[in-house]
Amino acid sequence: MNEITAAEQAGFPILSTLVFLPVVTMVALGFVRKERALRRVALAGAVAVLGLSLLLTAGFQRGTTDFQFVEQLPWIESIGLSYHLAVDGVSVLFVPLTALLVVVVMLSSWTAVRYQPKAYLMAVLAFETAAIGVFVAVDLILFFVFWELMLIPTYVLIKVWGDGPQRGRAAMRYVLSMLLGSAALLAGFIMLGVSYRSAPGSGGALSFDLLVLMDSPVPLGTQTAVFFLLAFAFALKAPMFPFHAWMPTTLLEGPIGMAVFLGGLKMGVFGFVRFVLPLVPEAFAAWSWLVAALGVTAVLYGALIALVQSNLRRLVGFASVSHVGLAMLGLSSLNASGLQGALFLLVSLGLVSTAMLLVAGFVHQRVGSTDLAALGGLAQRTPALATFALIACLGAVTLPGTSGFPGEFLILLGAFRAHGWPVAIAVTTVILAAAYVLVFFERAFHGRIRSTIVDATADLRPRETVTAGILGVAIVAFGFFPTALLDYSSASVDDLVGRLNPPTAVAADD
Amino acid sequence: MDVTGLTPLLALLVPLLGAAGVVLLRHRTPARELCGVVAGIIQLGLVATMVPAVGDGGTVSFTLSTFLPEAPIALRADALGVVLAGTAAALWVLTTFYAMGYLGTAPDPALTRFHACFSLTMAATIGVAFSANLLTMYLFYEALTVITYPLVTHTGTPEAARGGRRYLAYQLGCGIAFLLPAIVLTYIEAGTFDFVRGGILDANAGSALLVIVYVLYLLGIAKAALMPVHSWLPAAMVAPVPVSALLHAVAVVNVGVFCVLRVVLDVFGTDLVAELGLGFLTLVVASVTIVVASWYALRLDNLKGILAYSTIGQLSYMILGMALLSPGGRTGAVLHLVGHSFSKITLFFAVGSVYLASHRTLASELRGIGRQLPWTMGALAVGALSIIGLPPTVGFIAKYFLFVGAVEAGQWAVLVVLAVSTLLSAGYYLRVLRSALFDTPLAVTAGGSGDTTGLLRSPIVTEPGALVVGPMLITATVTLLLGVAPGLLLDLIRVSSG
Repeated sequence: MNEITAAEQAGFPILSTLVFLPVVTMVALGFVRKERALRRVALAGAVAVLGLSLLLTAGFQRGTTDFQFVEQLPWIESIGLSYHLAVDGVSVLFVPLTALLVVVVMLSSWTAVRYQPKAYLMAVLAFETAAIGVFVAVDLILFFVFWELMLIPTYVLIKVWGDGPQRGRAAMRYVLSMLLGSAALLAGFIMLGVSYRSAPGSGGALSFDLLVLMDSPVPLGTQTAVFFLLAFAFALKAPMFPFHAWMPTTLLEGPIGMAVFLGGLKMGVFGFVRFVLPLVPEAFAAWSWLVAALGVTAVLYGALIALVQSNLRRLVGFASVSHVGLAMLGLSSLNASGLQGALFLLVSLGLVSTAMLLVAGFVHQRVGSTDLAALGGLAQRTPALATFALIACLGAVTLPGTSGFPGEFLILLGAFRAHGWPVAIAVTTVILAAAYVLVFFERAFHGRIRSTIVDATADLRPRETVTAGILGVAIVAFGFFPTALLDYSSASVDDLVGRLNPPTAVAADD
Repeated sequence: MDVTGLTPLLALLVPLLGAAGVVLLRHRTPARELCGVVAGIIQLGLVATMVPAVGDGGTVSFTLSTFLPEAPIALRADALGVVLAGTAAALWVLTTFYAMGYLGTAPDPALTRFHACFSLTMAATIGVAFSANLLTMYLFYEALTVITYPLVTHTGTPEAARGGRRYLAYQLGCGIAFLLPAIVLTYIEAGTFDFVRGGILDANAGSALLVIVYVLYLLGIAKAALMPVHSWLPAAMVAPVPVSALLHAVAVVNVGVFCVLRVVLDVFGTDLVAELGLGFLTLVVASVTIVVASWYALRLDNLKGILAYSTIGQLSYMILGMALLSPGGRTGAVLHLVGHSFSKITLFFAVGSVYLASHRTLASELRGIGRQLPWTMGALAVGALSIIGLPPTVGFIAKYFLFVGAVEAGQWAVLVVLAVSTLLSAGYYLRVLRSALFDTPLAVTAGGSGDTTGLLRSPIVTEPGALVVGPMLITATVTLLLGVAPGLLLDLIRVSSG
């Protein structure tokens, strides 16, 4: 596992800049008084981060497993903790995705968030710092720090700017669920660090460095324990069935902005790919049947529950549970197409789920509700919004020609190879996704106009059209040109597959 | 000669640009409509330029992007694809003119949507026609479903919504539940998605699995309307006539049959299909579909309903021709794909013309209308003769090849099926024609079934404008021309199915 330093590749610490630019913007906001200027400064900061993240992807060397743009500074050497940032094929795309979602959230809340805009924008920027940190940290403890830091802005955003009457309770529930997971996560990480001490070549020192740990095998007993600890934490975050209870409630009660982050950035699944697969590969392979079983159950369960939802936000919540199940199924197949499919699906979900939630936001802002009872016939008044909603819905259905399809297709291929018929048949139940999403679309946007509010609804404004347009184009473009994304992760995925299938097993497998 | 060229991509882009033009010119009619016409003509030209290259069995390919190294989104025009694309492009132009006459050219947003979706439908059709592999085909196949849905529900009535729902449910449902698994299984067994003449699967995969995959394909390609996945087609009849024409003649069902042909010729290969006894299975399913659909049509009074069931039966003619697994059968199948398109669209144009002129929709209401609508009824007669399979129409030539194919294959029972269904279709079409041409006219006070307001009740029934009658006469003429001089087309078809 080689490292290419940031100094070589960019000439400056680009990852640190990405992580801390939002904080700098946040501090700058403290000095701004006027509301308009406030929003502009915040947006400028977010756009700068997006631009920089695109530079990062442009400069990223594809086709190698190397960790790139590496920055490393010793921090607390006595416990082997260092400030170590890097991106590889697994993580690099999540940085621009996060940055894009922040820009989208800011644009979509331009007029929607009226209460305490300064504090709102500061919370969003704080979240961005933590989220990017999560994606680029390659030291386990540093990752944990960013992971925990995310909780504070998340709690505040749900509690203060949530749309639902139960938002206080939803926020508390979210934080308590996450803290429970964090405890397990920290325990798992510490076990790994301690286990390293007895490994050959460690010299009795602790290490929490992902790159170091990856090269040092862990005894199977420890692997199993660590696997369950980490899996619990990441499953809670993902959220993976049966740990998903917080998700629909939070999407319903929280503000759209927060819902976009929670629905669009599947950090739990990312955690699996980043840490569980490379660090405890044998345990993951041994328990992959359980992951597959839970994944398939989630696909079915999420889809069936989504089928009977009358509220768009809860629907997206359960659809999200279903999609996470699909991604986990991809991981459990332990082969390249399954893993590639899962990673692609995660990025695609970031776009699709955000698009769906934006639709919910646009509708909520106009009609005051996202419940079917209040909708019907919207397309007649808002053709542009309806078109955007349709693209989002087709993406959620994973129809070919949208970014949802390549991921689903690759997962299906991988699952077929790994698990054979039963799983493959179960996966075709994504047809249920078609049912729930399209039924909802038809009831909300087509048919007769039933309320005077809908009748008086205005279509998307220019700023909203731009926001929607960026996402819509991305959803379609990646549907037709998936390699634009797949190329980034292929080398890293091959490496992971090699770790998951030790040489002897590979020979028997193929 | 196999060459790499941009032409297939251009043929795909032209209708996309056409759709963009429709939206941009939404306030300027009829420039909006003419976008579609111009795009259609350019597309037809592009397709025509590929005829020399594909006429000797060559291909023109272009790779768009890749999913996996072995799974590109790639276009490749061969003779079969050119036949489908050419038919679609020619009829697109005519149908656009007809739509102007039938639906008007008001700057109505619903009409803009209609014409834009119409252009996009052509893009999807071209995409299927020029797919180089299963994955690309699936992509455009499903795109076609989505893009035709707003056309089916065009009128916006609750009935249209119901019909549209069923349409979407059948297409997407079968596509995801059956076609997609079939494609994945094919890939796992064959290791490739590419279409190769002679097939990519081989008997090593195990006959049970291959039979399952084959059945999944037949069920998954619901657009071919083989029973039992046919009932979306009558449900979609709620759409206005130009849309029905599009579904029945230009795009949707043709794409369905085309995909079945591709699967048989280029995925399984005729040898494997024969070896597994799947040809016989297909013959049985197609024969049942033909007879049952004809029987249904015989009992209906609603004109569009009759045409819908007629289409279900005729599509199975093509499947049947393919399933004979003999050269004559294959030629008949592809020729019928083209011939049926021109014949059926003529019938739809005529039925639409009757509705415009008199608001009548039932066969029993056509009594004596031939005297008032001579052109329309003349076209209707040509279309009907062709579907029945009488000379001098293209339907006759196609049926001739099907008979030859059945004899070549030694499938004597098929001859009986063809004969019975000829009688049945003669039954329902000639009943309509006889009544329209020879019976005494309906009393002038009786309103048509579509006339609920009474305002439309008019004793004066005259031919609608040239935009309606013109395209109808052109398609009728082509139906006759291809019946008299099919030579050039036949050369291409022989290459395409060889």
